[in-house]
Amino acid sequence: MSSLAAERHSNGGAGAPTTANSDDAAVRLLRASKRFGKIIALEDATLSIRRGELMTLLGPSGCGKTTLLNLVAGFLVPDTGEIAIDGKRVNDLPTYKREIGMMFQNYALFPHMTIADNVGYGLRMRGVAKPDLKRRVAEALSLVRLTGVEERRPHQLSGGQQQRVALARALVVSPKVLLLDEPFSALDRNLRASMQIEIKEIQRQLGVTTIFVTHDQSEALSLSDRIAVMFEGRIRQVGSPDEIYRRPADRFVASFVGDVNVLRGRLDRVDGKAIVTLGAARISVPRDPLALVHSGDHVDLFIRPEQLRFANAGEPIAVEATVAAHIYQGGHVNLYLEAPEVCSSHILVRSLEPDAIERWRTGTRVGVSITSTDAIAFELEPAQPNGAPRSLKGKEEKSDAGS
Amino acid sequence: MLGIVGTLAVLAILGFVILPAAVVVLAAFNDKAILAFPPETWSWRWFAKALAYDDFRSGCRNGLIVASWASSIALLVGTAFAFALDRYAFPLKRTIEAVLLSSLVVPHFTIGLGFLMLAAQIGWARGFAVVVACHVVLVLPFVLRSVYVSLRNLDQRFELAAASLGASPARVLGTITLPLLLPGLVGGWLLAAILSFNEFTASLFVTAQRTQTLPVAMYNYVREYADPSMAALSVLYIVATATLLTLANAYLGLGKVLNVEPRR
Repeated sequence: MSSLAAERHSNGGAGAPTTANSDDAAVRLLRASKRFGKIIALEDATLSIRRGELMTLLGPSGCGKTTLLNLVAGFLVPDTGEIAIDGKRVNDLPTYKREIGMMFQNYALFPHMTIADNVGYGLRMRGVAKPDLKRRVAEALSLVRLTGVEERRPHQLSGGQQQRVALARALVVSPKVLLLDEPFSALDRNLRASMQIEIKEIQRQLGVTTIFVTHDQSEALSLSDRIAVMFEGRIRQVGSPDEIYRRPADRFVASFVGDVNVLRGRLDRVDGKAIVTLGAARISVPRDPLALVHSGDHVDLFIRPEQLRFANAGEPIAVEATVAAHIYQGGHVNLYLEAPEVCSSHILVRSLEPDAIERWRTGTRVGVSITSTDAIAFELEPAQPNGAPRSLKGKEEKSDAGS
Repeated sequence: MLGIVGTLAVLAILGFVILPAAVVVLAAFNDKAILAFPPETWSWRWFAKALAYDDFRSGCRNGLIVASWASSIALLVGTAFAFALDRYAFPLKRTIEAVLLSSLVVPHFTIGLGFLMLAAQIGWARGFAVVVACHVVLVLPFVLRSVYVSLRNLDQRFELAAASLGASPARVLGTITLPLLLPGLVGGWLLAAILSFNEFTASLFVTAQRTQTLPVAMYNYVREYADPSMAALSVLYIVATATLLTLANAYLGLGKVLNVEPRR
């Protein structure tokens, strides 16, 4: 059910698929499920990845993204459902016949081989003749901008260089699909950013279909053509980064991708449009998620920090709040506000004003207005009537975990 | 850092460990035909005698034959079982593991006596086969352990990476798994060979005059004579073993062989 719903969200998706054969799909999963004992690692996953596309599987650990990747790689076999690469069912095809390229989290460079032998390994397994092999290894290494290290061993290279070797090794065999398993988590922040740009460039240049697994939502937003957001073994939404960010399918997607404020509003339905009132502000939101909510009921309004600002004179004030804390970020200041009657945790507002900390000191009462019409609202969660809990700390952990 | 008391304690312990070997080494150079410490006059002649003594020569040859066969067979069997224990889940896994490691619990003389009775029962002549079979049982736990630890330390992602690059299971084994396990395999084999070559208790039961190994030959010698050629032989033992381990360390890294170093 949810996987079909997820398909509907994909841009230009042709509705629920009925077969694993599709012309433009490089990789296709049809209702694939995998259990480990009693644990359901992946349930009913339907996903089609277009030729040349960079598809990101995004979700917290244990969401099933790695299981999905391993199913495509052939390291695992689905209990039910079908997996197809290039329109051909591969359920029973062992990994070594699938013509994939995979980059592992720790790179898994063979420690007993030189860099040239590592990169050439896939070609040797395919019986490529020596002169040809040598030329292609050199080409692959120059593609990832790493030359002159052919005779070294993996442990003699830096983390970034090892990653280049791993990428060259996976690409040299011209794989039908490139699988990237959390490739940036072992790199430090600066190196990570430059490697991301480089890998994205190489991927676009070669036009290789790529599945990229990450738990880092900012990485997913910046690199992907499309993102599949996963949670508890299910694909919750598939869409472009912009769609995922601006039109999240459910509460989980809305709060996992990007920073979000969950504010308690009231539904006011007018002429078939859904309007949520919050203080003096009226915000129009998509109707679909609120199908079961009656006019006048409380709803949770999900608003991004950049959609909030301190109200100018005359603007309708959505929330009256008290400044609780500042976090200086260089380019901007994160201000955390308290308004217990509408928000169970802190409201995050970003200010680009250089004097924000002086202007809105801790304890100041401020009026917050909503600048955007692009918000989204969901019905209240039964278990947590005050909305999804979101603490300062939780958010930090999410973006830095695994580094 | 240790302080003076700590340093002295460490030196005392080291001295205590080395003491017996040191006494024997010094006794080996005694010119007199008695095992005495410390020697009054010095000589190399007991080395010459030890090397020339027929029982020692054949004992050494027999020991090498038994050690190489026993450790090689134990390596094959132990590696197969280590793979099975590491990679597969099957019923009675723990029980099988316990049985394979049981010779650590059962005393050597029991194993020797058992093999002696068994060989007599099925009418085996007391040839090399019995000695080798007995030694396989004795050294198997050590080989199994060594290979098993190496397998545990082997990051399975290397094998997955090879498979993703198009290597069939047989080629993964040949190009990735075995080369990466090599230190563990060589280490296990070496440990088994040294243990087998030095084994005395069980060997006393299962060897005959024709198949007696060096420790048995030394025991028989010391029952009749008490000259320093025994000590000289001990020195040769120590030197040979040390040389072997030094070479293993130089070429393979002793840390890896003994699995005390985390693999990078």
